Amino acid sequence: MAKPKAKTKLPRKPLTKERFKNQVRNVVGNPFNMIVFFSLLILFCLIIIPLLNMIQNSFIVAKAELRSIPGAKIGDYTLYYWKYLLASPLTKTIFWEPLIHSLLIGALTTVISVPVGALIAWLMVRSDIPGKRVLSSMILIPYMIPSWCKAMSWLSVFRNSRSGSLGLLTGLGLNIPDWLAYGPVAIVLVMCMHYYAFSYIMVSGALRSINSELEEMGEIQGASKAQILTHITLPLVLPSILSATIMTISKSIGTYGVAANLGNRIGYYVLATRMKEFINDSPKGVGYAMSILMISLAAITILVNQKLIGTRKSYATIGGKGTRSNLIPLGGAKWPLLIFLIIFLFVSMFLPLFVLVMESFQIMPGAGYGADNLTLYAWIGDIENAPSELYAQNGLFRNSEFGRACLNTAKLSIIASIITSFCGQFLGYITTRGRGKWYGKLTEQLIFIPYLMPGVAFSAIYFSMFSQPRLGGLIPSLYGTFALILLVSIVKHFPFASRSGQSNMLQIAIELEEAASIEGASFWKRIAKIVIPLAKNGFLSGFLLTFISIAKELDLIAILMTPANYTLSFLSFEYSKEAMPQVADAICIVIIVFILVCNRIANRLGGDVSKSM
Amino acid sequence: MSKIVLEHIDKFYGDSHVLRDINLTIEDGEFMTLLGPSGCGKTTTLRVISGLEKPQNGKMFINDDVVIDADNAFYEEPAKRGLNLVFQSYALWPHMTVFENVAFGLKIKKASKDEVEEKVMKSLKTMRIDQYRDRYPNELSGGQQQRVAIARAIASSPKLLLLDEPLSNLDARLRIDMRAELKRLHKETGTTIVYVTHDQVEALTMSTRIALFKEGEIAQIDTPLGIYTNPIDLTAADFIGNPRINFINAKGRYNGDTLTVTSPFGVYEFKHETLKLDEEIPENVEFDCVMGLRPELVDISLEDPGKKHTIEANVYASQPAGSETIVNLTVGEADFLALQIGLVEYDINQKVFVTLHPSRMNVYNKETGRLIKFAKVKHHAGEE
Repeated sequence: MAKPKAKTKLPRKPLTKERFKNQVRNVVGNPFNMIVFFSLLILFCLIIIPLLNMIQNSFIVAKAELRSIPGAKIGDYTLYYWKYLLASPLTKTIFWEPLIHSLLIGALTTVISVPVGALIAWLMVRSDIPGKRVLSSMILIPYMIPSWCKAMSWLSVFRNSRSGSLGLLTGLGLNIPDWLAYGPVAIVLVMCMHYYAFSYIMVSGALRSINSELEEMGEIQGASKAQILTHITLPLVLPSILSATIMTISKSIGTYGVAANLGNRIGYYVLATRMKEFINDSPKGVGYAMSILMISLAAITILVNQKLIGTRKSYATIGGKGTRSNLIPLGGAKWPLLIFLIIFLFVSMFLPLFVLVMESFQIMPGAGYGADNLTLYAWIGDIENAPSELYAQNGLFRNSEFGRACLNTAKLSIIASIITSFCGQFLGYITTRGRGKWYGKLTEQLIFIPYLMPGVAFSAIYFSMFSQPRLGGLIPSLYGTFALILLVSIVKHFPFASRSGQSNMLQIAIELEEAASIEGASFWKRIAKIVIPLAKNGFLSGFLLTFISIAKELDLIAILMTPANYTLSFLSFEYSKEAMPQVADAICIVIIVFILVCNRIANRLGGDVSKSM
Repeated sequence: MSKIVLEHIDKFYGDSHVLRDINLTIEDGEFMTLLGPSGCGKTTTLRVISGLEKPQNGKMFINDDVVIDADNAFYEEPAKRGLNLVFQSYALWPHMTVFENVAFGLKIKKASKDEVEEKVMKSLKTMRIDQYRDRYPNELSGGQQQRVAIARAIASSPKLLLLDEPLSNLDARLRIDMRAELKRLHKETGTTIVYVTHDQVEALTMSTRIALFKEGEIAQIDTPLGIYTNPIDLTAADFIGNPRINFINAKGRYNGDTLTVTSPFGVYEFKHETLKLDEEIPENVEFDCVMGLRPELVDISLEDPGKKHTIEANVYASQPAGSETIVNLTVGEADFLALQIGLVEYDINQKVFVTLHPSRMNVYNKETGRLIKFAKVKHHAGEE
């Protein structure tokens, strides 16, 4: 055989005038390079600089703390905030307790929701459970209901006298203790009803990619069903279960809405809720420091995931051809498992919807559904004729705040999702066409950063960056403006939008473009004649999914909200803090109906909620 | 019509050096095949020619016009090279009809409507798919899509047609038809064709010349017959020919004039006219060599024909396949294949007589793996 060849290094060429001229022409003359350049620049300005800025701000004396730090001037470097957070008499209440609460909630949510999600996935993909078509069309609906809506319906059921108005069960005369109505138990259970979807989506994807021949081979070798499950199926889907676990931990630690709704009333704080208090009050620097810690926590879990999965990922996609999978008969376990699924759907989908709808028609929550307790007040009532003095605002359709929130929500979601999905397609184009090249990798990594950050922490970054004038007044203070909320919504959804753009662009083989360029089509002509016509459908469904996600967003915008900019989600969240929750419920229902309709349309266009993770 | 010259082309992907000093001249009107196993750089070479890849070293000329000058970072745009490319995946635009696919390039070049219509229909007719002009690619079979892809490439009458494994997605029957189609196309249009394939049968049947690639280098450039008869090294010999060539281990000794090879088949002497003297042949010492023996050059007879170079062999197994029969034979330690035309049956362990043709054997230096003795291309009756 031939000897291994000596490794030749890439040659370094002398830079002649001619060579330099041609090189410049090659780089500048190619519009693609320019797009890459500007994208990287924009990503850098919108992601890296704000992040560094917040880190810096957590070390800099702000005006509010001038009196607390003797001898300090505004802008001096200080460890005050970090000391305040990590080494002060308050540390136990403001740091350790929320941290432990967050970790506890993350751990418990994961322990419950991952097995539940994985089991449902297995039942839906590999077993012969009856009624699969109906079940599978419903199984992701609970996930589409925003988690804070579920928190509100939890309250509708379990609220006790502490909240002013009663819940369904208290109304029936049951004495609901605080630990059940509010706090960790409630938070964990509500989150489970939401985050089961991660493991369901990931595990069912992995299961679908496993060729049933692998299992049949086990059967031929004489393995029992249980042995096949534990020795073949489970190891093959293990990477996806691991991914789902990490995702669930990271997301549940970062969730704000649920924890705020169910925890704040009894003073049960997690990192996210504590942080918001600091950022909206002071010292803000402490909030920034907490946000940095939250980001690190989320980043570490997700990076661990990538390390763990990295080498084994290929494994889960063993599949080959889409052969018909033979389903595994459940035998006697069929009916109990079906009942389990039905109960799950009942609790996580029907019950919340039912309770919210019914409560929105009640005069007094918790006073039963008798005709004398029903009213349309929450929808069309006028505060002058309110059936109870406890009502604080007009019914939904006579409420100017609702109208304004609708407008704000529509404005925000439409503008943000159009911009986001356009950018997403371009970013997706850059990352797919730049696979294995430095700029492709860099773009991918930059886009990935917002994904690492919990929504509240991410908006904290923007708060810190733009709550004061920048560039010597060129950019005014954006706090309280619609522009800032828009900007945050756009950047935070970059990872998802570009993921969808990426999968869209991956479907357009590079040869299709190369063929056009050989025929003499310029870059813009290729984009116009080849890429856009082919990307159209994927773009539309990506757009709708982003649209839904922005429309229901609460965590991300909570910190930046001022009354003039209230969106539907935030308005509902604000109303739910008051004694009478009916109007808040009504808003929830409006949002849920809206989401389900949009999602149906997106599905028609070939979109998939499972991609919105 | 065009002549292509590649000079010292080097291509790197990151640290990996995928094309190593490629030098290749393709004459006007040639059907040049780039042949080699996957990952050997043949497709990359094609993409360098097309302009889709930019090599870091070297120059390329089309009809003496510079199209690549890596030293000056000059790379002519693909569209300005007067060529067209048929992709392995066909790369038909799924949102355009057959007509629109073929017309795209002409429209880009701002040809008049009549001219577009005329040229498109002409190339569709050449490929005999004019009846499908209004269909979308996904409404066509693989073979028809293939024809559309070729029609699209020839619509603008390119001076140079590049084909990247165009037949690999077709089934065996269709492949034979398309081979004939491509040969006819080459004759009719007179276009220079560069054709990439890993299929040696395609290469041998269609090309005027073959460039054999190995690990990013060109191992050998020759006519199909030349490559088949005298593969430059053991890997090339192994790659070309089906059933594959027999390798027989032997001992060689060269005295500066005659190479004496001692093999299980006997002792052969080769005069220096038949030797490849620019290769390493140790003088006056015994060295390991390998004889290359094509299966079809082994004649089997049941009775001793009384010819020179006839030895007795043992049938290990026989594999009749209708038009031909492959016979596994052993002589002492050596085992080898013989190919006979027609249906012949042999019993296992049957004794037969095998006549060999030393002038048509290759001899390789085992240590370097390189050819040291040429085989005669043509066999004249009455020799040996």
